[in-house]
Amino acid sequence: MSELYEIVWHGRGGQGAVTAAKLYTEAAYYQGFKGVSAKPTYFSERRGAPVSVHTRISSEPIRTYSNVTTPDMAVVLDDNLLEMVNVTANLREGGLLVVNSSLTPQDLGLSGPFTIALADAFHASEAAELIVEGNVLISTSILGPLAAASHLVSLENIQRAVAGKFAGKAKDRNLKALKLAFEATRVFRRKPADAVSASAR
Amino acid sequence: MATKAAKELPREEHILPGSRSCAACGLMLTYRHALKALYPGKVIVTVPASCMTVLHGVYPITPVKVVCINNTFAATGASASGIVAGLKATGKKGYTVVAFAGDGGTYDIGIQALSGALERGTDFIYICYDNEGYMNTGTQRSSASPAGAITTTTPILSKLQQKKDMIAIVEAHRIPYIATASPSFPLDLYDKVRTAKEIRGPRYIEAHAPCPPGWGFPNKDLIKMGKLAVETGLHVLFEIREGKFGLTSWSLKLASKGRKKTVADYVKGQTRFRKITAEQIDRLQSFADEQWNYFLERHEKGC
Amino acid sequence: MSEVKIITANEAAAEAAALCRVQVIAAYPITPQTPVTEELAAMVERGDLKAEYLTVESEHSAMASIVGASQVGARVFTASSANGLLYMHEMLHWAAGSRLPVVLACVNRGVGAPWTILNDQQDSISQRDTGWIQLYCRNNQEVLDTIIQAYRIAEQTLIPVMVCYDGFVLSHTNMPVEVPSQDEVDRFLPPWQGQGLLESGRFVNLNPLILSEPRPDAQGNLMPGYMELRHRLHEDVLASLAVIHHTDEEFQEIFGRSWGGLVWRYRMDDAEHALVSMGSLALEATRAADSLRVQGLRTGVIGVRAYRPFPASALVQALAAVKTVTVFEKDVSYGYAGALATDLKAALFDAGVSVKFSGFVAGLGGRDVAAGQIVQAATDAILNEPRYGWVDVRGSST
Ligand SMILES: Cc1ncc(C[n+]2csc(CCOP(=O)(O)OP(=O)(O)O)c2C)c(N)n1
Ligand code: SF4
Repeated sequence: MSELYEIVWHGRGGQGAVTAAKLYTEAAYYQGFKGVSAKPTYFSERRGAPVSVHTRISSEPIRTYSNVTTPDMAVVLDDNLLEMVNVTANLREGGLLVVNSSLTPQDLGLSGPFTIALADAFHASEAAELIVEGNVLISTSILGPLAAASHLVSLENIQRAVAGKFAGKAKDRNLKALKLAFEATRVFRRKPADAVSASAR
Repeated sequence: MATKAAKELPREEHILPGSRSCAACGLMLTYRHALKALYPGKVIVTVPASCMTVLHGVYPITPVKVVCINNTFAATGASASGIVAGLKATGKKGYTVVAFAGDGGTYDIGIQALSGALERGTDFIYICYDNEGYMNTGTQRSSASPAGAITTTTPILSKLQQKKDMIAIVEAHRIPYIATASPSFPLDLYDKVRTAKEIRGPRYIEAHAPCPPGWGFPNKDLIKMGKLAVETGLHVLFEIREGKFGLTSWSLKLASKGRKKTVADYVKGQTRFRKITAEQIDRLQSFADEQWNYFLERHEKGC
Repeated sequence: MSEVKIITANEAAAEAAALCRVQVIAAYPITPQTPVTEELAAMVERGDLKAEYLTVESEHSAMASIVGASQVGARVFTASSANGLLYMHEMLHWAAGSRLPVVLACVNRGVGAPWTILNDQQDSISQRDTGWIQLYCRNNQEVLDTIIQAYRIAEQTLIPVMVCYDGFVLSHTNMPVEVPSQDEVDRFLPPWQGQGLLESGRFVNLNPLILSEPRPDAQGNLMPGYMELRHRLHEDVLASLAVIHHTDEEFQEIFGRSWGGLVWRYRMDDAEHALVSMGSLALEATRAADSLRVQGLRTGVIGVRAYRPFPASALVQALAAVKTVTVFEKDVSYGYAGALATDLKAALFDAGVSVKFSGFVAGLGGRDVAAGQIVQAATDAILNEPRYGWVDVRGSST
């Protein structure tokens, strides 16, 4: 049987969801998965409009580019989006929800039969001085909580993908942001909905 | 009579919240004031593929209170001619037909259809909002992009050619009304569209429409960028009525006061000019100077 | 050495054009093709690609200018989508009629009115009768490889080639692509010498007015009339079937990858039912075939790679043993049925193959098509009355 993991990324246009998904699929390829794909779905290229990216990671070459409807993981680049998009609606039972947030699952109103990983990617990127024209770039820091909460793709392979994409100072800063977010991740393992507890790293 | 204060502008808004254009969009502001000037009355707008398409919303919802006919990218002038002919043929009177197109749809792909409509004497207003690039597809170069600007099709060397002289081309059609405008000078813009509305035959208005994502400046600088363009002489505000030339608004003031701002002041606030060389700035400055002196001379001559 | 990169089909197309050492590029932006033009512009400005890049003012001019460049012997490239491709239509005929080895990447998108920027294949299917070769790709690797093959095919046959791939679905989707080395591509694709128009030193009158009847030239040689030229183009397009097939074989010898030449097969060996499609939809159909097999319906897939020339005999051969054929396609010929379905039905009829035949229009204007929907439509077509139908058309209040 081939393994197939499906991920949906939610972000706003210009926020880095496309880059993040691409880096993650690249890392998955380094990890040995032969089939990886990252398909953005957007209507217009306006900055700020909600975008999603549909990623598949498989031991076999990918044969479908249709939308992911029941993801194993959902990654949310901006916790404001939780109010606009029901990101957990079709999340598989036992799946993983990653949110860029400084809040707690309770604050965010999140609970369900899935693991929640939270990290403040903005903070990590800011600390790593990843700021261009006033915008904090989180396309690499958002991968930190993913690596921390899921064994699908190792931190090392994500680092390799990041190191391959950037050069010089940008490379160092991106690697630093990734590491900081990885370390700051709070993972809430799937438990009965009312007994969520933090297992801080 | 010239409108003197913003409070004299009609309060009614024709663009409701929910437009899909970016925040702080110069085109949106241009359209907003133009619609204020076109109403009350019966208005039909024809629009080619552009940011205007997106501004008008996604089926089945639109935020703009107007009769809008979307058209193909190259067709704007011809589409207006057809609408005017159709109204005439079916005896529908009292409409103002307005074409609203970007610089790409005017200077480039739509120039043939525009020339045709002007030459035929089509009774319509053509408003070109010039955001100096193909913005809807993500900032590619157009023949209206300024020299020295980085666009996604001139990503490293920047645009090497100066902006096309569209006004001269339009003027060669000897139409009754030509004007330039800027959303940074809304009263002037409003008055020009009002004036145009009362004239028959082809009328052409070109509004310089700053675009934050395409030019690379913060949203808060929208009005400032439009003003700077006028203050440097890169965009000159004037009117040509039946061949009579006159500077207007801020450009008229500058005619007596002289220009204080330089091209260097203008380009430094925009990331699209991040690679501009000193030599390119000099050339852009000469371009602005020549243009300014040319229009100043015409202003003094009155034609 | 080749190198695996995780890239989009648009990036793959730009890489391919560069590897083919194209000399003149003219392109006009349109979503979802735009990144191809941007990528190539950057390569040229960086100096990574030695080529003339024309930022033209319309698609008509894009094709007109590369036709001009090709006429004087340059290797040329452009790309477009949807209304941009439609705006080129006149020049597409002109390029084919001029017998020029032009290559165009068509990033398939639905056409207006009303506006859509999303995927279907109505744009390229609407260019079916322009005399171009049309090849459809199922993933980004095939896009890169097919553009390289396209120059070989075009330069050998003097017929322009359109390489089609689905907008957004492939154009903006990242996936692994093995990018060959320049050496490998150079071995496969020698420099283009042109057709010698200027080298002969003679005066010529290219693409002039022509009469319907053959006429003698100044030396008294009988030269073809319009109809003879058209017939020759038609015969040559038909003959390009073999060239497309062999080019893919030769490609495999150097690069180790084959895309099936004219048509490709998936689980067809023991299939009783065949799904036929083009582009990424055909790949989706392979998953549908797997599901149909689980349901007990022995199903395979035929992917049509070359749509023009139409590989009638390859298709007839591939489908000779099945009981049912169900076509899925992202286009329609209004007032009849999908273009692929009607062409294929005619081919089967000519060959006396009698099967239960259905055709479905699917995925217009970006409507997502999942394997499950193909399974549903195919099951119905296999078990019940054959028909022409549409997949996933929903009710509305109007
Ligand atoms: C024939 C054709 N070619 C290309 C396009 C793609 N296209 C849509 S809008 C646009 C850019 C429009 O530029 P401009 O007229 O300057 O208006 P702006 O987007 O800047 O508002 C392009 C290239 C199209 N719709 N039709
Ligand atoms: S891209 Fe520029 S012109 Fe277009 S909507 Fe945004 S701000 Fe306005």
